[in-house]
Amino acid sequence: MNELLDPLLLSRWQFGLTTIYHFLFVPLTIGMALTIAIFQTAWFRTGKAHYLQLTHFFGKIFLINFAMGVVTGIVQEFQFGMNWSDYSRFVGDVFGAPLAFEGLLAFFLEATFIGLWIFGWDKLPAKLHLATIWIVAVASTLSAYFIIAANAFMQNPVAFRINEEKGRAELTSIWELLTNPVALAAFPHTIFACFMVSAGLIITVAAWHLSRNQNLETMRPALKFGLWSMVVSGALTTLAGDQLSLAMVASQPMKMAAAEALYETSTGAAASFSVFTLGTPDGVHELFSIRIPYLLSFLSTHTFDGTVEGINNLQEQYQTLYGPGDYTPIIWVTYWSFRWMIGLGILHIFVAMVGLWLTRKGRMPTNRWVWRAAIWSFPLSLGAMILGWVFTEMGRQPWLVFGLLQTEDGVSPGVTGLEVLISLTLFTLVYGSLAVVEFRLIKKAAMEGPAVPAEPDEETGKPLVHTTVY
Amino acid sequence: MDLAVLWFGIIAFFFIGYFVLDGFDFGVGMSMPFVSKDDTDRRVVINTIGPVWDLNETWLIVAGASLFAAFPEWYATLFSGFYLPLLVILLALILRGVSFEYRHQRPELAWKRRFDRMIIWGSAVPAFLWGVAFANIVRGVSLNSDHDYIGSVFDLLNPYALLGGFTTLLLFFTHGAFFLALKTDGQIRDRSRALATRAGLLSIVVAAAFLAWTVLDFGTLPAMVLALAAAVTLVASVLANVRGREGLAFGLMASTIALAVLTLFASLFPNVMPASNDPANSLTVANASSSPYTLQVMSWTALVALPLILVYQGWTYWVFRKRVTRSHIDGSADPGVERTVEVAH
Repeated sequence: MNELLDPLLLSRWQFGLTTIYHFLFVPLTIGMALTIAIFQTAWFRTGKAHYLQLTHFFGKIFLINFAMGVVTGIVQEFQFGMNWSDYSRFVGDVFGAPLAFEGLLAFFLEATFIGLWIFGWDKLPAKLHLATIWIVAVASTLSAYFIIAANAFMQNPVAFRINEEKGRAELTSIWELLTNPVALAAFPHTIFACFMVSAGLIITVAAWHLSRNQNLETMRPALKFGLWSMVVSGALTTLAGDQLSLAMVASQPMKMAAAEALYETSTGAAASFSVFTLGTPDGVHELFSIRIPYLLSFLSTHTFDGTVEGINNLQEQYQTLYGPGDYTPIIWVTYWSFRWMIGLGILHIFVAMVGLWLTRKGRMPTNRWVWRAAIWSFPLSLGAMILGWVFTEMGRQPWLVFGLLQTEDGVSPGVTGLEVLISLTLFTLVYGSLAVVEFRLIKKAAMEGPAVPAEPDEETGKPLVHTTVY
Repeated sequence: MDLAVLWFGIIAFFFIGYFVLDGFDFGVGMSMPFVSKDDTDRRVVINTIGPVWDLNETWLIVAGASLFAAFPEWYATLFSGFYLPLLVILLALILRGVSFEYRHQRPELAWKRRFDRMIIWGSAVPAFLWGVAFANIVRGVSLNSDHDYIGSVFDLLNPYALLGGFTTLLLFFTHGAFFLALKTDGQIRDRSRALATRAGLLSIVVAAAFLAWTVLDFGTLPAMVLALAAAVTLVASVLANVRGREGLAFGLMASTIALAVLTLFASLFPNVMPASNDPANSLTVANASSSPYTLQVMSWTALVALPLILVYQGWTYWVFRKRVTRSHIDGSADPGVERTVEVAH
């Protein structure tokens, strides 16, 4: 019973679940906003009807998804104070500023111009209306920068001094905070991964229609677009991920060691990357593994004879530095989430490259397994993204702010286990049922396919679009 | 000037923005069952706030984040102390928000009615609980020396706070009915006006009681002046509505809400979260605020961003200034509408 009502454990579960849930909607919002902006620009420039159809079709899916992103986002902001009040007191002076910037400089823009885009089709000149969706795309990307800068402070605290009297961290330079090396690498890695997820959605939807030989006029260009964006953003995600792992090794060597379940410090060929391991889940006893020599050394240092620090050495160092305690994350979580993130990501770049080859010069594959593989693009690329966040947040444990504040010291002292149990239960129920509705609605919208374009207005030549959307 | 005091004012400004704007969204949601006879009516009602509800709700996000950045101690104490009421507000806002987007996704009436109920309750519950929360802030709660709330959730449901809850509920309800009268036409407009008068009269009684209690128990001289001004604009708004001055009625109600929020903040100052058990444990503008450097960075950002924000948000309301009618929704004519209204496209 005590275990069940431990506010720390329950708060961690709640934050983990609500954050993962929120992040199911974020990458689509960011990635799809840009995609729709591109389709609408193509229509604006060429006047070809199928681009307008694609704009509306993916716009509809985008909006079903958008509302969920907004309302679950409020929970994220409130939870710092609700469940992690001592954390909020400790970091608010530093961490609060990027959150306020996010609201003032990005969310207001995004929320205002999304309304103008949805309801403004016949109220704004075409050029201005096109600008609204670009503003939404830029603002949602900007919001990601601020929240990643805030998160980077938790991974690699910079630009602060400790005020002993107040018992908190205080900001010393906003510029240094916003140019945290971890943020500079994590931002492109996350953003391009968002584009991979939205490319995954386009591939999935287009492949589903094309495999049924329907909506060819719109879905062929959509598939081409999805495949290209997957390959390009996949390559960029990989490059940025490489930079991020360098920044990670510099600031949190324990996370890299935990990603690899590397217990002993290794150099050169011994610093190998295991592609697959059969063994006890904690990685202590290895039964069988496929290893690529030198690769871990290269990932961590960009040299083949580099040294990668192992968990045991780091644990010793940290005990000297921070006092007795266990400074190791849960190894099986970091080990497998890291692998599956990379594996699924690379798989999708590969699937997209094969797809580009098979559809070259207007060809259409007939093998149903090819289509099936394509249809899995969206769920699996979304999965890769989620695993990336699970890795980066679980790999930070037991720290809330690395080296400064442990997770157990950040939880709200005044909130009882029962209260958190109530909230965790209600969030699970509400989020669970909304997920079912959301999934069905998106599936329905996706399967219906693009609507037939309306005849343009006789007098003005403008296409007719309903403005009373709700 | 002390930047912490400036930020106390800016936080008040953000909450005024939030309550004035999302306040009428709540009111529109609550008014929906009273002013609509069929699904087309309900769609008219929802479309009046369609383009703006998300942006209005963003004021809450900005208010919350600014509280976190400028007054971390206040944010931490308030949000952890009012854990369960805030949880209920969050869940209500979630259900209301998705309902706007989900209800029109399927044509079946049963499907729509389910989301209509979520819109109604998802509007009424936060409208009530925000009043409860703010009344408790003004009244003070039990805090220990670490500024953590040590009361229970039932302590928050005291008579003064409940009266505060009914006050915001009724003010927002009337505000939303004014907004509907201003933004619709025909029978919905007539019904909204009649509803606003009834709700307005009731809110005069309740709000007067609440403001008087606030001023008598916690008030300062500025708070008293502000409360009086709020009472005057409230009565004036109901009179304006009776005389058919819809824009004026709405504007006066917006001023009432702004003045009521100012009354609460003026009663608080220089505290931000008074401790009712021991004044030494109170959170004040001075001991709850961030460092001067952080406040400076925030001030510059707000100075640059706020004028722009007000311009583009004002412009949005101007773009969507026309009344929404039944003919916009399904082309059907409303016998009550004079055909002078220009029909879009």
